[in-house]
Amino acid sequence: MNRRLKALCVFAVLLGAWEAGDRAGLWRSDLLPPPSRVAASLWKALTEGQLLAACGVTMSRLGKGYLIGLLAGMPLGFLTARVRLASDTLGVVALGFQTLPSVCWVPLAILWFGLTETSMLFVVVMGTLWSILLATEHGVRSVPPIYVRAARTMGSKRMHTLLKVILPASLPFILSGMKQGWAFAWRSLMAAEIYLALAKNKGLGYMLHTEGRDIGDMEMVLAVMLVIIAIGLLVERLIFSPIERALHHRWGTGLATG
Amino acid sequence: MAPFYEPEVVAPGKLVLEGVKKTFRTSRGDVTALEDVSLSVAEGEFVCLVGPSGCGKSTILNLVAGLDTPESGQVLVDGKAVTGPGRDRMVMFQEAALFPWLDVRGNVLFGLSLKPGLKRWARRDVADYYLQMVGLTDFADAYVHELSGGMRQRVALARALAPNPRVLLMDEPFGALDAMTREQLYSDIQRIWSKARKTILFVTHDVREAVCLGDRVVLLTPHPGRVHTEFAIDLPRPRDPFAVGLASLAAKITEELRKSQQQAAEEAHT
Repeated sequence: MNRRLKALCVFAVLLGAWEAGDRAGLWRSDLLPPPSRVAASLWKALTEGQLLAACGVTMSRLGKGYLIGLLAGMPLGFLTARVRLASDTLGVVALGFQTLPSVCWVPLAILWFGLTETSMLFVVVMGTLWSILLATEHGVRSVPPIYVRAARTMGSKRMHTLLKVILPASLPFILSGMKQGWAFAWRSLMAAEIYLALAKNKGLGYMLHTEGRDIGDMEMVLAVMLVIIAIGLLVERLIFSPIERALHHRWGTGLATG
Repeated sequence: MAPFYEPEVVAPGKLVLEGVKKTFRTSRGDVTALEDVSLSVAEGEFVCLVGPSGCGKSTILNLVAGLDTPESGQVLVDGKAVTGPGRDRMVMFQEAALFPWLDVRGNVLFGLSLKPGLKRWARRDVADYYLQMVGLTDFADAYVHELSGGMRQRVALARALAPNPRVLLMDEPFGALDAMTREQLYSDIQRIWSKARKTILFVTHDVREAVCLGDRVVLLTPHPGRVHTEFAIDLPRPRDPFAVGLASLAAKITEELRKSQQQAAEEAHT
């Protein structure tokens, strides 16, 4: 039997035990509904369209905020790597804010921007920005000076050196910052969606909290949690892993595991 | 398929250093790397700079490359003062300094993409021409980490030759290679130099290497760096690093190097 099949068997047994335990009445069904009912709830939410709509709302918030964080974080990272004053000020601030769990931005966002999309965006940007900034700074500082010297002898100057030498040379570092930024942004957005129940645009956090917990729909809570996990895994597998593998292949670093 | 590019013939450059002085500021005070160094390299000449570490041989190379500026004195290429790096002077570094995010051809193309007046397809032909010259046609799509040390230096050589410079500056390019690979590269570099005539300034601490490659060997002494003696090497080419005549000449220069070091040590004591 191959590895995958074995692992699949273990999960099947666990799900079977969960289902059987429920049928035998070992625990309260309303607190831990059986997998069959969770699946049914998931299917219903999927076919009625509300789940996909919520995914769309959440992913669009995340996408916008992440892009802003990335586009602002990279140039600022270059700045702190190159200008001592920026490093002593902005760099220190970034380090501080990065240690702050990004959930902590939620109350501040509500007070500043109210129950609005801007609040959501703000929280995602704060989750992304500092990780990207610090990773870029670290990456730029780690570029071997010989690369820049070699490029200069070939006629490369300022902007060309920045875009064609320093940026690609620091890409492995920037990518790890992007992964971390994504993780922070994803977590903080869920928190924001739970606290800021925006009924107009219902995201996954809204479904989880307001539509699931408030009316005691435990099937829905579990179903949405599964979706959140699935999205996290998909982004890792479909976006970050391939990029990482391509980088490792080129640089000959690390182990490209599949 | 053989590339159909033939490089335009450019006249090799003439290098002149006149009374060059260079001081570096370090945490332990100023260190004079070069003191009144004068040197000239004729068009198409292959000159090797030899000396112990601290004699400023790499500093001379950096000055000619335009990566550094002299404190006083002049560095001239074809009669014009060097004000910065230029494609007429290409450099080969000890650690190859290839870019790991580009494949072999991409590395050779890097310098070419900055050369004005070259179309994209034409650049590719130029890159392939030089990859063929260094014998790496089959590795054009390989990444740097897939190459051996010797192959990396060949790529670096192709990259340096591709913009068709007038002067080639080589900073201990074979220093980190094993003996077998080095000997192979000696014959390659002589073959390439006879084909694409360049003025070459070659830095090394290996006297035998210098005698094997150079028309002239310039011996430098350290603290501060000065030109000590020059030796004309009138051996027929291509040269075998193990030929008897070459070995005895190398021994003579090594002896001179040793004497100069003793002299310097005695001066330091008095």
